[in-house]
Amino acid sequence: MTIRKSTAMIAAITMLAVGACAKKAPDTLPPAPEGTGTDPGAGTGTGVIPGSQEDFLANVGLEGDRVFFDYDQYNVDAQDQATLQSQAQWLQRNPAVRVTLEGHADERGTRDYNIALGERRANAAKNYLASLGINPGRINVISYGKERPAELGSTEAAYAKNRRAVTVVIGQ
Amino acid sequence: MFLRPLSLSLALLLTTAPVFAQTAPTPPAVTPTTTPRETIEGTLSQERTVIGIPPLATASVQTVAGLRTDSLGRQIAEVIAADLERSGLYEPIGPNGVRAITRAEVQAPRFAEWQARGAENVVHGFVDAGSNGSLIVGCYLYDTALGSELVRKGFEIQPADWRRAAHKCADAIYSRLSGEAPFFDSRVAYIAESGPKGNRIKRLAIMDSDGGNHRFITNGQALAISPRFSPDYKKIVYVSYLNNRVRVFIYDVAAGSQKLVTESSNATFAPRWSPDGTQILYSMAVNGNTDIYRISANGGTPVRLTTTAGIDVGGSFSPDGRKIVFESDRSGGQQIYVMNIDGSNQQRISFGGGRAATPEWSPRGDLIAFTRMGGGEFRIGVMTPSGGGVRLLTNSWQDEAPTWSPNGRVIQFFRTTRGREGKSSLWQVDLTGVNLRRLPTPQDGSDPSWGPVLP
Repeated sequence: MTIRKSTAMIAAITMLAVGACAKKAPDTLPPAPEGTGTDPGAGTGTGVIPGSQEDFLANVGLEGDRVFFDYDQYNVDAQDQATLQSQAQWLQRNPAVRVTLEGHADERGTRDYNIALGERRANAAKNYLASLGINPGRINVISYGKERPAELGSTEAAYAKNRRAVTVVIGQ
Repeated sequence: MFLRPLSLSLALLLTTAPVFAQTAPTPPAVTPTTTPRETIEGTLSQERTVIGIPPLATASVQTVAGLRTDSLGRQIAEVIAADLERSGLYEPIGPNGVRAITRAEVQAPRFAEWQARGAENVVHGFVDAGSNGSLIVGCYLYDTALGSELVRKGFEIQPADWRRAAHKCADAIYSRLSGEAPFFDSRVAYIAESGPKGNRIKRLAIMDSDGGNHRFITNGQALAISPRFSPDYKKIVYVSYLNNRVRVFIYDVAAGSQKLVTESSNATFAPRWSPDGTQILYSMAVNGNTDIYRISANGGTPVRLTTTAGIDVGGSFSPDGRKIVFESDRSGGQQIYVMNIDGSNQQRISFGGGRAATPEWSPRGDLIAFTRMGGGEFRIGVMTPSGGGVRLLTNSWQDEAPTWSPNGRVIQFFRTTRGREGKSSLWQVDLTGVNLRRLPTPQDGSDPSWGPVLP
């Protein structure tokens, strides 16, 4: 379940940093970056260090650290956009934080191809965050291909959870 | 016969005069009859040739470097018998359960006795102490019906190399009887796997083609994948996740050190050697777009070979070094393409029947092995370099990443089982799709890479 943030205050922009995704670009334009973060629960009074991975997870919600993809696809769909918008809001409130976007594939691809596919997915998410105004220099990318499944089963449900790009805080 | 200079690194000397001075003159060379390729298929493993392999004899039991010559005689015979049995073409009798032969018998076999046991051929040999701590190993192959000698080989070896002497004997026997090029005396680099599926520990490891002389190279702290032995076995190119980056390293086996193939902030992966070991192919992802590059094994400026917007990855040189077979999803899904080594003339060769990935050009040049993906399963297949004659050799849930034996007769790959406890293991199958076998490894295994026959 993804916690969706309100997008009402987000204005449209035209800048779209998806140049590398020429073949299967995201099918909708991203919303604009949001200038001033007003998230009420940002790391206050909970003992959580602001800007930490724990703080990030607490703010983006359950599975809000990751976006999911269809089989052999890497387009950022509407649900992914909402998730990444939530991440972008947190990143804008914590401008010194750097993150790694980890791209993953399910086990139905061959090893080398899946590394390339994970690169595509992580970059699609990175480019979307950049389109929201996050400095791409803050975002590191690594693909694990099929090496690190989140779900271990060989079922469609497990595969759907494994085709993912996960944002991980690596420090400030 | 050959006389090769002693190589310190190999410590294996093919020699003649000192070994066989006491024997009759070398018999005239017999030209192996080359089996026409089109008749090979379907004829293997039906009628296996029975070969008697008693323990190798010794002139006098001596202990060299802690090894007894009589014990080694039995062990070498065991390795020869295992090699020949694994080829699927031969049914060894012995060394266990057969009478030990005398040293004099090595060159005067009791043919009638072996014929009575149903052996069409018999292997005899000896292990004697040599000079300066070496061992002299001799092996002979006889035709029991004709009473004639077919093969005679002698090696002066360091005791630690006794397995290589056994593989060389088995290779000589295999080549003489089958007409095929040898392949037993070769090595395999692969990835040893352990730990839970969600957090596998993956270590670079090497071993002989039969699993002997196994050695772990990396300690597992960094994820290691997709190794390839250099043609001279001195280096291994592979991908390491060292420092949480995806990069191609060249590992120097003797020095125990490694260096980057190229300096880049981008992920580099899927490395391959050229047949002469001077060039390396690798794939690099830039902003999510993966292309294939070629670079000198000594570094320098890489040459970009593909430019399409899709994933172009992997690659394998033709044995003459003039072409590269690779995979690309430029058509929408993974398919196999061939190009010149400068990247020109890119042509798709795989069509129909699902996706095709991980192409590997046979050392004989006549076939390309690949992974066929379809119906949720991976199978190992072969086709001609023009894409014709597709044959699928395996039928399991996930068989991936074929690698050729040095003679192009056998294909190793890794097989993964499904589910939460799914694991990978190394397997091999004959080019004809028969003689499927699992390779022994201390842990689970994946990404095998078979190197050439040792000199």
